[in-house]
Amino acid sequence: MSVGETVPGRRRRRDLTELPRWIVLAIYAVLIVVPLAVVVFTALKTTTQMYADPFGLPTDPTMSNFTELLGGDRLGRSLANSAIVTVVSVSATLLLTSLASFAIVRLGGRAGTVIYVLFALGLAVPAQVAMIPQYVIFRQLGLTNSLLGLILINIAVTCSVAIFILTGFFQTLPKELFEAAEVDGASNWHIFWQIALPISAPSVAAVAIFLFVMHWNDLLYPLLFITDPEKATLPKALLDFKGEYSTNYPMLFAGVIIASIPMVVAYVFLQRWFVAGMTAGSLKG
Amino acid sequence: MTAPARVPAGAIRRRHRRRVDPLLLVFLAPAAVIYLWFVLWPTVQAVHYSLTDWDGISAGYTNVGLDNYTNLLTNDSVFAKAVGNSFKFMLTVVIGQTVLSLLLALMLVRNSRTSVALRALFFFPTILSSVSVAFIWTFIYDPTFGLANRLLAGVGLQSLQQPWLGDQQLAIYYLAIAQIWFHTGQMMVVFIAGLQQIPEELYDAAAIDGAGRWQQFSQVTFPLVRPATMIVVAYTTIQSFKAFDLIIASTGGGPNYATEILSTLIYTSAFRNFEMGYAAAQSVIFVVLIAVITVLQRRAVALASGGGDR
Repeated sequence: MSVGETVPGRRRRRDLTELPRWIVLAIYAVLIVVPLAVVVFTALKTTTQMYADPFGLPTDPTMSNFTELLGGDRLGRSLANSAIVTVVSVSATLLLTSLASFAIVRLGGRAGTVIYVLFALGLAVPAQVAMIPQYVIFRQLGLTNSLLGLILINIAVTCSVAIFILTGFFQTLPKELFEAAEVDGASNWHIFWQIALPISAPSVAAVAIFLFVMHWNDLLYPLLFITDPEKATLPKALLDFKGEYSTNYPMLFAGVIIASIPMVVAYVFLQRWFVAGMTAGSLKG
Repeated sequence: MTAPARVPAGAIRRRHRRRVDPLLLVFLAPAAVIYLWFVLWPTVQAVHYSLTDWDGISAGYTNVGLDNYTNLLTNDSVFAKAVGNSFKFMLTVVIGQTVLSLLLALMLVRNSRTSVALRALFFFPTILSSVSVAFIWTFIYDPTFGLANRLLAGVGLQSLQQPWLGDQQLAIYYLAIAQIWFHTGQMMVVFIAGLQQIPEELYDAAAIDGAGRWQQFSQVTFPLVRPATMIVVAYTTIQSFKAFDLIIASTGGGPNYATEILSTLIYTSAFRNFEMGYAAAQSVIFVVLIAVITVLQRRAVALASGGGDR
């Protein structure tokens, strides 16, 4: 049998047969969509409506849950806190870790390796180990109940993964690129801003999205360091709500939606980047 | 993008041996200071606290040597339960999530418009917060108006209705399902990337050799997707072993420690029961377990691949 000869059914053999494939995909799609739809529908109901008909469409949709949450300055405040903490943490981490990664690669040799390994150690440390002494340090420094404290801890705990990914990228850049610039009299400062950073924009963007999702959704550090409701970020505020409203799901789900909207909007517009960022994070984290 | 470019010869660089530019140290300093101060130093301190009876509030504490460790390992039934739950949760999530994400990846690896849309949908839960996912699933599992019980009633299976998260034997597995729902899409994307690197010609060659679908999967797909599988299993193992937010926000570890895992127990001991020293010892054991799991996993992978191609 010659290679060019047509073998019946040889194409696309790796696909599972079509019908079971569609059944499985449809079931999984339902498993994803239904809970999400229930969240939206429930948020548009009053508690009475929810108890009467938990899974029906909202017959008389109301925005009262949303207006109450945002108007009462409860979630409005934490929305602002989350935005500040996330934006500052992500920007600062990107700046500090791209500078550090660049320095590690430029130093090279034994010094570069030692510093790199020191940072990489952080990948192996689970948050629960460091959190007890961290709490003590934060209390001593008066960083509890402060957004600055949250920002500092966010930078500290994501240093390792960001440096891991960024050094990995900087290392793939040809050394001649930097050396040529050096010969032309460029300082490391200029090489960093004008060559290294622009070339690595895709990697930096991937890290940015990874950090963005991580910090926006983080519960652990606000739970540890924030007791003042005025300083709570969204996940922490939502959790406090649960304690308060226990089974007021319409209210809780309105909160879930408010907390998710920025992520969802970003995801819709930056989908490809999101997937790249989150997988880079998962592979390297 | 691919292999790092090899510099042909080190001769040129040797001759112009660079002195260390102090500016590079300035670049390093801020990240290094924050990291050393708030991550590495606290980790070292955790070991120190684990040898004390500190409550986290008082100024003083005494050194108790290895007492915390012996207590934990010999007569603390809650700790034993949390360790057991950690493994139950981890194994369920690793097996469920790996199999499911591979299956979905195989079904969506082709770049059709529907595939791309479904990938986006399946990935979506990953971007939610654990708190949101916890609320969604406590609502599903709610004994009175939860989706799960309603659904069972709808298909005439009232007999199977139950207080899901109130079940002391099974609640931890129900939370594992929530975790699988949360992250399967993320792992599916990793598998799709792995699958897309397998050259189409290999399937053609296998088909010419008369390989059926199952043989193509077991002889071509499975061996070649092994690197992706290793990544997914390794990541999922650690991610599920460290799960925290989801459990704190859904059950808080209850009822009666039924869903308490190590990470939540450490938090409770330290910040609810004010046993910082004791909690620090738990956290040290936690790291040791993670290290052991990682090593065992490497061994298992090496064994499974028979010391062969990789």
